[in-house]
Amino acid sequence: MSSSDLAPPRGSPLHYMLLGVLALACLVPMVMMVFTSFKTEAQIFDTQWSWLFAPTLDNYRSVIQDGHIDRYLLNSLKISIAATLITLMLGTMCAYAMARFRFLGREPLGYATLILRTLPPAVLAVPVFVIWSAWGIADTLSGVVLVYVALNLPFTIWLLYGFIDQLPIELEEAAAIDGCGPFKVFWKIVLPLLKPGLAAASIFTFRLAWNEFILSFILTNRVTRTLPASISNYITDTGVEWGKIMAAGVLIALPPLIFTFVAAKQIITGLTAGAVKG
Amino acid sequence: MTPARLARLTPYVYILPAVLVMVAGLAYPIADAVRLSFYDWPLGTDWATARWVGLEAFGEMLRSRQVWTSMGVTFAFVVIAVACEMVLGIALALFLEKPVRGMRFFRTIFVLPMMIAPICVGLIWRYLFDANFGPINQWIGALGIAPRAWLAEPGLAFAAMVLTDIWQWTPFVFIMVLAGLQGLDSSVIEAARIDGANWWQQIVRVKLPIIQPILIVTLLMRMIDGFRGLEVIYVMTFGGPGQATELFSLHIYKAAFISQKLGYSAALSILLLVIVAVLSLAILMIANPLKGSTRQ
Repeated sequence: MSSSDLAPPRGSPLHYMLLGVLALACLVPMVMMVFTSFKTEAQIFDTQWSWLFAPTLDNYRSVIQDGHIDRYLLNSLKISIAATLITLMLGTMCAYAMARFRFLGREPLGYATLILRTLPPAVLAVPVFVIWSAWGIADTLSGVVLVYVALNLPFTIWLLYGFIDQLPIELEEAAAIDGCGPFKVFWKIVLPLLKPGLAAASIFTFRLAWNEFILSFILTNRVTRTLPASISNYITDTGVEWGKIMAAGVLIALPPLIFTFVAAKQIITGLTAGAVKG
Repeated sequence: MTPARLARLTPYVYILPAVLVMVAGLAYPIADAVRLSFYDWPLGTDWATARWVGLEAFGEMLRSRQVWTSMGVTFAFVVIAVACEMVLGIALALFLEKPVRGMRFFRTIFVLPMMIAPICVGLIWRYLFDANFGPINQWIGALGIAPRAWLAEPGLAFAAMVLTDIWQWTPFVFIMVLAGLQGLDSSVIEAARIDGANWWQQIVRVKLPIIQPILIVTLLMRMIDGFRGLEVIYVMTFGGPGQATELFSLHIYKAAFISQKLGYSAALSILLLVIVAVLSLAILMIANPLKGSTRQ
């Protein structure tokens, strides 16, 4: 057996050239955002784009010191981590019950979540704003967490349902025969096998909570604002503060970029779930 | 309680927390949107002053020129952007379907535009399309084309919105189709080849028909996203100039928080909900995880 049986073969130069062009098309706009965040105002308003310039950290210093972006960063982190953990917990339990038990209401619940999976955030904007105000959780971090968990649950449930459905049930049956109760089977047998699914689900949940703008913008105030919602501080009637807004943009883009490089495989799994059989 | 009854309750214990959160965060707000749509309620006023107007908001919606303009923009955007993404994504996947070394790395790069925040995408392209210092004007200037005020002219602003969406989402179609193609049973392709099918016939007669369900689900998912999206355009143009790029989701947002008509905005959101629900049901008819279950 030669090594080419294990690794895919090298493609033709044309193949790689096309891939390279596409990769550049994806990367260049994002790299330009990063470069702009290190430019002075004069360099930004130059009518000639330049790749070579004396970089400055002024934009970052300004958004952190004057813009209190460190506070928004902290809010974003708290909200995203809380939303991810809660979604995973509730989602796994619900997906497990739907995959392993036949109970009254299973089908309606399944169809309801499948339809809610695509609910537009714009539909939620007004009622959630009204209800959260009435419940006294508007302008609080937990209010934002609640709506993010709710938005993420349908997708998470169906992603994990697919994973659990493919697990061999014999393992669980054997554990049950050995005297494990249903909850112990879930914790000791199912959960460890579910790691790839949980990884994919957590990335997508975190991504939504971290990136989401419009609901956070409506549901938070100056103190509880998340990082994406703070972007609006730099867009005024007279124009955009490009240096600062790009610095904030880079800070927002960073965690998802890191995740993508660390867990590309799980991301592809999550993206193609629902249409392509894993 | 007997053990048997306890066992029957187990699944409900598992689903209860998730169901409670989805009811509080999704189902109840939707029901409330329906209720609000029957009232005339300006933003910032007390609920006690809200006036019951029955179906008046829906009548206003159907008569409103702005609603139809925004719907027209949204449909045009969905049709043009999604068509371009599908054609490009499928073509690229067919050209690049052969597994080669290093593909994992390139696939990671292609995912990046859809992983970063939509508002970052909006920011980036607002900057690139800027009339005064935007790099795009400089690039086309190098080709001898006069600079344009991309985001200030209705037609160009619409084109800019479409281009941005193509940049962000063509990789999604590419990855979906690629996953479908690489999951194909190679013996089927081999059989077609032996029967004398050429490269083009293999694609049109064998490969695309087999992955058709994936293609349709991808298409529907992209269409749904077209109706859901507002954040990219919120940052890029805020719907302008005029209503040239005012996608329907943004129109709903503006009705509530700019025009301050909460009840009317709720009525608009019911319309959006119906459109998206129909598209979602179409997906379910093709790929239904409940029916695809391996065990019964």
